[in-house]
Amino acid sequence: MFDFLDNPQYDLLGAFWVTVQLALYSALGSLILGTLLVGMRVSPVPLMRGFATTYVNAVRNTPLTIVLIGCSLVLYQTLGITLAGGDSKTIGFRMAVLGLAAYTGTFVCEALRSGINTVPVGQAEAARALGLSFFQVLTLIVLPQAFRSVIAPLANVLIALTKNTTVAAAIGVAEASLLMKEMVENESDSLLAVFGVIAFGFVLLTLPTGLLLGWVAKRMAVKR
Amino acid sequence: MQFRKTSAALAAVATLSLTATACGSSSGDGDKIVIGIKYDQPGLGLKTPDGKYTGFDVDVATYVAKELGYGADKIEFKQAPSAERENLIRNGDVKFVVASYSINDKRKAVVDFAGPYFLAHQDLLVRADDNSIKQASDLNAKKLCSVTGSTSAQNVKEKLAPKADLQEFGGYSECITGLENGAVDALTTDNSILAGYAAQKEHQGKFKLVGLKLSDEHYGIGLKKGDKELRDKINAALEKMKSDGSWEKAVKANFGPANYKNEPAPAITEK
Amino acid sequence: MSSVLYDTPGPRAKRRNLLYSALFLVLLAAGVWWALSMMAEKNQLTAEKWSPFVTDSAIWTTFLFPGLGETLKAAGLALVIALPLGALLGIGRLSDHAWVRVPIGAVVEFFRAIPVLVMMVFASAMFVQFTTIESEVRPLYAVVTGLVLYNASVIAEIVRAGILSLPAGQTDAAKAIGMRKGQTMRYVLLPQAVTAMLPALVSQLVVIVKDTALGGAVLGFSELLFQIRSITANYGANTIAAFTVVALMYIAVNGLLTRFAGWLERRLRQGGKSSGATVDITDIDTELGGGVAEEVAVRKGHGTGT
Repeated sequence: MFDFLDNPQYDLLGAFWVTVQLALYSALGSLILGTLLVGMRVSPVPLMRGFATTYVNAVRNTPLTIVLIGCSLVLYQTLGITLAGGDSKTIGFRMAVLGLAAYTGTFVCEALRSGINTVPVGQAEAARALGLSFFQVLTLIVLPQAFRSVIAPLANVLIALTKNTTVAAAIGVAEASLLMKEMVENESDSLLAVFGVIAFGFVLLTLPTGLLLGWVAKRMAVKR
Repeated sequence: MQFRKTSAALAAVATLSLTATACGSSSGDGDKIVIGIKYDQPGLGLKTPDGKYTGFDVDVATYVAKELGYGADKIEFKQAPSAERENLIRNGDVKFVVASYSINDKRKAVVDFAGPYFLAHQDLLVRADDNSIKQASDLNAKKLCSVTGSTSAQNVKEKLAPKADLQEFGGYSECITGLENGAVDALTTDNSILAGYAAQKEHQGKFKLVGLKLSDEHYGIGLKKGDKELRDKINAALEKMKSDGSWEKAVKANFGPANYKNEPAPAITEK
Repeated sequence: MSSVLYDTPGPRAKRRNLLYSALFLVLLAAGVWWALSMMAEKNQLTAEKWSPFVTDSAIWTTFLFPGLGETLKAAGLALVIALPLGALLGIGRLSDHAWVRVPIGAVVEFFRAIPVLVMMVFASAMFVQFTTIESEVRPLYAVVTGLVLYNASVIAEIVRAGILSLPAGQTDAAKAIGMRKGQTMRYVLLPQAVTAMLPALVSQLVVIVKDTALGGAVLGFSELLFQIRSITANYGANTIAAFTVVALMYIAVNGLLTRFAGWLERRLRQGGKSSGATVDITDIDTELGGGVAEEVAVRKGHGTGT
């Protein structure tokens, strides 16, 4: 039943390795973008607030497929942005990371925003009374505490990101779901086995992330 | 009080979704014929915004249906995406399929074919002013585009130009946009499909076919396995279409300009 | 109204904010201008690519609106089926009996860990092989199956969180007046939890609407995103225009749903179902992120559900 695993045509580990890389780079990118966005959203500059709000509301409500194809079609195919060249495969991978980060960043922003709101008002007030500027209040006092309180929601966002990497197949990135589609077409007599293998792979990726970050969340929680 | 409001809201949500699902399914009339075609392939099978169908496959289907005794108003077209063609035929959802359907042994194990009615070749579509690609091996230094998992892409990658930089998308339109913008240098698939795109009025003069014969694709009309009577009738209709000049006319009308030289009508082999 | 994160701007701060605004605007405008001029240079902004969406009403009636209809149909069906299923799973996971709790927990965690797209592809392949579902509705069935499996397990978690967010006193009080477990759940916990959950449920509908688009990309389900194939085939590969219009349609539909969720949340909070805190939501600027004040109010009021 699991004979297809021996077929050299299917590079299962390779495909999952691409999934892992997609998830890791996008996670990093989305954390940075999300932090920037939340900084803009609570900043005293009205235009930045407006921009960040519009961006978050627009991107969060767009299907990821469109975001990814848009990245590839507009940024790469039209504007010629390749992010350091290479062949189509590596550029496609980078575009997928960019798209995933642009999409997930909005969810990180929303999580952080509710995290900022868990920081007691007194903290920010005390910081302001000391004469800290907005930037200092945000980066030295509020965000460090906010991050610690939203590790659990962020873990959910990152797990969703790991699963969302499957959508990168739409722009030809050879990750796990593309391989699954190929296997489903060729191995129609062992469908359950194919599904089992792919499902097991994703469980293996997401469950430990959830458990680990859950544990970190408990340890890091600000005791109040 | 509060609870009632909540349940009212829930009910509202439920009704909304229910009304969204209330949608009748159409059932075909007995005296109609259902034919599977492509809906999104200009030049072959295309559903136009006014609800009509155009393309070479559509013309062939209409002609054959007429010969079988079904006028244009008795034809019901049904979308036959590549992966669904065998299923549609096997389940009897369609009488036959005319959808750039290449005859091969793997498919012949499941369905029967009539025809072939057309001989296409894998070819390359390039920008009209690009003369740097003359043979398949020129692709080694070029950016090539095709749809995800297509056999044409595999053919190039494995046999013709292993070093070609292959970009894959969900559909040909994305490749055309890339070609238009200079982000890819060539688009590969059957020349009939490529000619259909190149002949569109928005693309006149923009693209051309290189004119390579990278593979032979005999397009057949797919029908239920073992239905010999229908196959003979369809073959007779195809013969007639060729002899009375309608075939030639349909080819000219659908694959106009863009350096496309069609093969003469192939002899019927599936008997 | 000001935020607790920064002082109310004085004359100098106002000038500085204005300066930052101007700088930001210049940067933004420069980026947009560059992108647009590049696109214009590559002939992506020509009228022939964009005008069909305005001049040709058939593009809407033949492709876009039917596509939107299919999207909403799949999303609605998925929600209607997933809701009761999710509620059952959620309640089951709170059961006192380990033989109910543990397997349900495993099922929920399993389906939450697997990408929806993978489930859709698999469902479709299974339907092809083991059922006689007509090819016409098979993509819809596969999409709905994938969405239901995933969303039922998400809804189960929402329901569980909703019930757990209620004060323990509610259960204690119910026990004290002699209610059985089922009665407590039915008459005391669920009605209150539903109130706490509703906004989260509506937000989940946004996720479902977006996820239907996966069905178009991988299964050829004729939903909104899939219509781009037909549109670009008819109007000369105007892919960027078509994707833009379709994206705007999704943003509009999901924006309305999000707004509905927000309205629902405000309505339910104003009703003041939970004991204790009085929350005046009106002075909280949810749109622009009023800063620290917002969540403090939320925390005094309720748990946020999830």
